[in-house]
Amino acid sequence: MSFNAKNTLLFGLALLAAALAPVGISSKFYLDVLTLIFFTAYIGQSWNILGGYAGQFSFGGVMFFGTGAYTSSILLVTFGIPPLIGIFVAVLMGAFLGFLVGYLSFRSGLRGSYFALITLAFAELLRVLANSVEFTGGGVGLFLTYAPGLKNLQFVSPTGFYYFSLFLLVISLAIALWLERSRFGAQLIAIRENEEAAEALGIDTLKCKLYAIMIMGGMGGAAGTFYAQKYLYIDPPISYSIALSVEMLLVSIVGGLGTVFGPLIGSVVLHVVNEVARHFIDTPGLSLIVYGVILIFIISYLPNGLVGLFRRSRGKKEDGGA
Amino acid sequence: MVLEVKQLTKRFGGLIAVSEVDLSVVEGEIVSLIGPNGAGKTTLFASIAGFLKPDGGDVQLNGQSILNLKPHKICQRGMVRTFQITQPFAALNTLENIMVGAYSRTGDKALAQREAERVADIVGMTSQLHQKADGLTVAARKRLELARALATKPKLLLLDEVMAGLNPTEIDEIVDVIKGIRDTGVTIFLIEHVMKAVVNLSDRTYVLNDGKLIAQGTPESVASNPTVIEAYLGHGAAAAMAGEGAA
Repeated sequence: MSFNAKNTLLFGLALLAAALAPVGISSKFYLDVLTLIFFTAYIGQSWNILGGYAGQFSFGGVMFFGTGAYTSSILLVTFGIPPLIGIFVAVLMGAFLGFLVGYLSFRSGLRGSYFALITLAFAELLRVLANSVEFTGGGVGLFLTYAPGLKNLQFVSPTGFYYFSLFLLVISLAIALWLERSRFGAQLIAIRENEEAAEALGIDTLKCKLYAIMIMGGMGGAAGTFYAQKYLYIDPPISYSIALSVEMLLVSIVGGLGTVFGPLIGSVVLHVVNEVARHFIDTPGLSLIVYGVILIFIISYLPNGLVGLFRRSRGKKEDGGA
Repeated sequence: MVLEVKQLTKRFGGLIAVSEVDLSVVEGEIVSLIGPNGAGKTTLFASIAGFLKPDGGDVQLNGQSILNLKPHKICQRGMVRTFQITQPFAALNTLENIMVGAYSRTGDKALAQREAERVADIVGMTSQLHQKADGLTVAARKRLELARALATKPKLLLLDEVMAGLNPTEIDEIVDVIKGIRDTGVTIFLIEHVMKAVVNLSDRTYVLNDGKLIAQGTPESVASNPTVIEAYLGHGAAAAMAGEGAA
């Protein structure tokens, strides 16, 4: 996608609106929904970098989130290290885990569903581990004390977390924008489109895939810290929940794989459907069914996700319906 | 000597696909490799370019063994291959496809784009730069395959049947393109079935049959070699042809 001056302007305006939103929105509920949308978009983008751009689908993306959550929480609870530092350690741990999982699976040539399943296995392994070792608090989990302040990445008002999530979102968009215009991004896309040809054309496919999964891991790590400081409690089922692994791939696919704004659009749809369904229908879980139907529709008719819808109409304007 | 292959052997289980092949390519040459279907030509190419791990022998590029190098390293050292079945990056357009090749030499987007445009001009794809690769014709895909490889600035280009599936006009065009590439100083080693092109292009020809080299020399001498004729047409064919010629 070319990112011309008009788009830059639109992007800037959207950012400004997002930055000013808390002034206009006094409802804690709506700010919270927006925070969740941004958070899901962020973690969806982390998945999208490896899954959408590099074409390596993972079913266990949550492992980085969980590991990040545990990293900063253990540092805080056990060693008294504030999360403002802990979040960077969480990023490093996530990236390291990415390297480990990536090295083991990519080096042995795992692709497609095999790679996806191996990531799921790793996430499950970590969940079981977190459940059984002592320093994670085992099945009881970890309780974090409520002590608002930037040092603890905790905030009294929802506005604080809103800006925190917006910050994460902007970083994820910046990374995706960079991918769109850099050699590294082009190489990831080449790997997605045809790994053998990419290798033939001088791309170190192993290295590129490792970098991609490390970026994903680092981003997931930060997301873990965000979650832990917002909800002040983590345990193995939360930290390594399959549902979150699925959510991050869903928003990317629904929004548009390998696109800058796909995960954000997917996240908006996911949460809006969720909230609307919850408002009108008093059956828990029904929103997911609605979302499932949307997903089926999108996969059948919009293989490029919702972003593809905009592109298609734009394409028609440009070259007369080609 | 740009490329030197010594006693190269590749087995698949009990099948010896390539057996103790010796060959060499000198700088500035166009050398071709011909042989009947299933002779092992593509396997030999894949073993040379690092896509298959040979079971024996050595491959040297500019005097250095590249035997255990991965394809991307070999590409960086100046040897690149194309694929018989074209492998375009389908979702990308022509320009972006070629830029992937150019990125092997530069990390700068503008430079890569300029290089891609230059290469597109050489292979005659300037008018199709913004067309998506999966919408290209077979002939255009073959050119794209060539262009992408060329954008990596190779010293030696391995072309695997770039003319298969093309009509005579398209073949004449691509023969000119290949000659043009050679004139820019790139050495070319190609697998080809189209004999007219082989004769027209190559300085030397190797013939592979059942994994073994059975003949080499100028294309004309190879084409009249009885062993080669028998490999293609069956036992006794050479004698029959000679008989016909005498009658």
